[in-house]
Amino acid sequence: MAAIGERMRNVSGESFRLMLVLVRREIRDTLRDWRMVVPILILTLLFPALMSFVADMALDWVARYGASIVGDRLMPFLLMVVGFFPISFSLVIALETFVGEKERNSLEPLLATPLSDSQLYIGKMLAAMIPPLLAAYMGIGVYVIGLYAFEGWSPPPQLLLLVLVLTTAEALVMVSGAVVVSSQTTSARAANLLASFIIIPVAFLMQGEALIMFWANYNVLWWIVLFLVVVDAVLIRMGIHLFNREFLLGRQIDEFNVAFLWHTFRDRMRWRPWFFGRDPQALPSWLRWVSAMGGLYRYQVPAILRRSRLAVLTVVIGLVLSAVVGFSFAADYRLPSQVLDLDHISPDSFSDLPAVDWLPSFTVWGVLGNNIRALLAASLLAIFSFGTLAIALLMAPMVIIFFFVLQAAYAGYSPLLFFAAFVLPHAVFELPAAIIATALAVRLGATFISPPEGMTVGEGWLWALADFIKVFIALVIPMLALAAVVEVHVTPAVVVWAFGQ
Amino acid sequence: MIELRQLTKKFDDFTAVDRVTLSVSAGEILALLGPNGAGKTTTVRMLAAILPPTSGYAAIDGYSVAEHPREVRRRVGLLTEHPGLYLRMRGDNYLDFFGRLMSMGPDERHRRARSLLDQFNMLEAMDRRMGTYSKGMRQKMALARAMLHDPSVLLLDEPTSAMDPHSAKLVRDAILSLRHHRRAIVICTHNLAVAESLADRIAIIQRGQIIAQGTLPDLQRRLLGPPLMELQLGSEVDGTVDLISDLAHVEGQGDGWVRYSTPEPEATNPRVLQALAARDVPVVTLSSVKRTLEEVYLRVVESAEGGEPPRIVDGNVIEGE
Repeated sequence: MAAIGERMRNVSGESFRLMLVLVRREIRDTLRDWRMVVPILILTLLFPALMSFVADMALDWVARYGASIVGDRLMPFLLMVVGFFPISFSLVIALETFVGEKERNSLEPLLATPLSDSQLYIGKMLAAMIPPLLAAYMGIGVYVIGLYAFEGWSPPPQLLLLVLVLTTAEALVMVSGAVVVSSQTTSARAANLLASFIIIPVAFLMQGEALIMFWANYNVLWWIVLFLVVVDAVLIRMGIHLFNREFLLGRQIDEFNVAFLWHTFRDRMRWRPWFFGRDPQALPSWLRWVSAMGGLYRYQVPAILRRSRLAVLTVVIGLVLSAVVGFSFAADYRLPSQVLDLDHISPDSFSDLPAVDWLPSFTVWGVLGNNIRALLAASLLAIFSFGTLAIALLMAPMVIIFFFVLQAAYAGYSPLLFFAAFVLPHAVFELPAAIIATALAVRLGATFISPPEGMTVGEGWLWALADFIKVFIALVIPMLALAAVVEVHVTPAVVVWAFGQ
Repeated sequence: MIELRQLTKKFDDFTAVDRVTLSVSAGEILALLGPNGAGKTTTVRMLAAILPPTSGYAAIDGYSVAEHPREVRRRVGLLTEHPGLYLRMRGDNYLDFFGRLMSMGPDERHRRARSLLDQFNMLEAMDRRMGTYSKGMRQKMALARAMLHDPSVLLLDEPTSAMDPHSAKLVRDAILSLRHHRRAIVICTHNLAVAESLADRIAIIQRGQIIAQGTLPDLQRRLLGPPLMELQLGSEVDGTVDLISDLAHVEGQGDGWVRYSTPEPEATNPRVLQALAARDVPVVTLSSVKRTLEEVYLRVVESAEGGEPPRIVDGNVIEGE
């Protein structure tokens, strides 16, 4: 983050002026292309006017059946929609930014100017975003004016502000994602294909936002704005970090070099054996296998944990945050005291657990399988979310645990005893295993934003994957197995001893 | 002005530029020659601070390309292999845009743009969209862009490619007019005639390594041997060869002609003529055989390929001698 901060500080004064020169030229170039201008105008003027008319008709129609609430919810929804359609163009423009210039051979003269990487990158990004965003604001304006003229309806200022901010954040997400794609591909065709990774999540997001609009819980949309801002920051940081003049100019084709990938991965999976201080040649063959395992635990696992310490710290911060959220929810949604009746808890209470459909069978294998499955799923999601979803998935059960710890206090039990009895016996093994696995999953995702020094994204990712596999097999699974044994055979006994009769 | 020491660039396992050491002084034009993929463009891109070197040192006006890339870019004018214009822009707006990026003031931008466009006979086209320009006009516009900020170093990658002979001459003349006591120019080209007519010094690069460099006469002397002279006689050559071979090395003979080489033609030629006159051998002409840069280039490149270098005389490969 220090590097990005330094780069951002450099974009000031004269540097900012240079960036604006680039932005102005790019915007003018966009506005000279009638293929871009005509659809933007249609979506800015015609479509919002049509939406005003449709909303007016719909309001009259639903009012006839006494369903005016549908109309009330439809107007804010369409307000969001008329803002979104023009910004969809930002994706098209942004995908062209670098790879389009490269294909037209106009990138090299630009790279030969004193523009820094940050100025070039941010300038291109702004230039791709500003015209569609202005069109979106105008579209919203046309819609609001039209609806005021037809129906006398105007949005509450807070709603209008929310839609404007939401539209801006969405535009920034799409543009920053598309510029990353544009700077990392070798042809416009490849960039357009990769755009699916932006379009599909944004489409899901829009559907979610539409539901929330009809639910009319606008505060949730502010949380989505916050989420989008974080994603924006991550994408911009990733884009500037990965921006590479050499790649832009040097690489003509993208090869999927399976042999290279395999060799890199295989090299990363190797480690130094530990010969217990003896001559390797003198060791009997059966002891070679033991020395390989010894090397894994003596050299590899500690080294991997050392280079994952920043990720571990991030996960721990996430856990602390989950405690705060859990306690906060418990304070807001206090359960009736009879819900948490621990006085009648008995060994049978645990044997009844499998009757709950969504819980795994309460056996060692059931618990172990469930934990492994959950951590692997979190790791898979981490790859597609720069590591964030892995932390979120670990936080979710922790929020529930801390929620019940405080509920136990409200119900008159000692929260510490509750925690010590229900969680601590197996958490001693399970929690460190989960933290380590999640931290390595975070590295799997974060490598895309920040590959290790001197490595490509691919090499860095294969390194992170090799680390993940080694530690997961050598450390996480054994610890989870131990935790499962304790959870099934020890924790219930401790709970019954502490609370039962 | 331009200094390269052991400059190396690697792309993964491939070494594009391998320990290149060169220098170009102010007022000098260096032609960088080499086959396709020899490393010319990569060298120029490193000099323009677009690509970072893997190792070694390169500096423009004392500024290291690795440590002060932005200072280097302010001092370099780069004509890229492709003109790379924004075809929807007008010519004058295009130059104005690059002038702004080079932090030039409005008056200076306007004055320099008009002056360069005038020099390239492009004034009438400056308010037209560049998409309407011919290939030659686009190349001239790109050259104007490279020259706009009056850089102390000009790097020209294939400056006359895709140009008709008239436009090519215009550009060649323009480059000669850009020669300045404060400016160093590097020209990368396949066009040996362009290099021969413009360059003070030649450097030949192959597989990323400089395999020959020097002035053209130097290279000719070193690679093709001493100057070659041709005598056209008005009679049979019988007996004449023995006479000449006492004074110079006879390279060949034919019907009414003899060729000889001598390291000092100024001293040898009068003696040869005197000896022939003493024997009453009628001499029609005595001339030096013109040896082109192409011969030098082919000799160097093919020698570097590892095969037996061909014997080249007057641009023709002579076999079976």
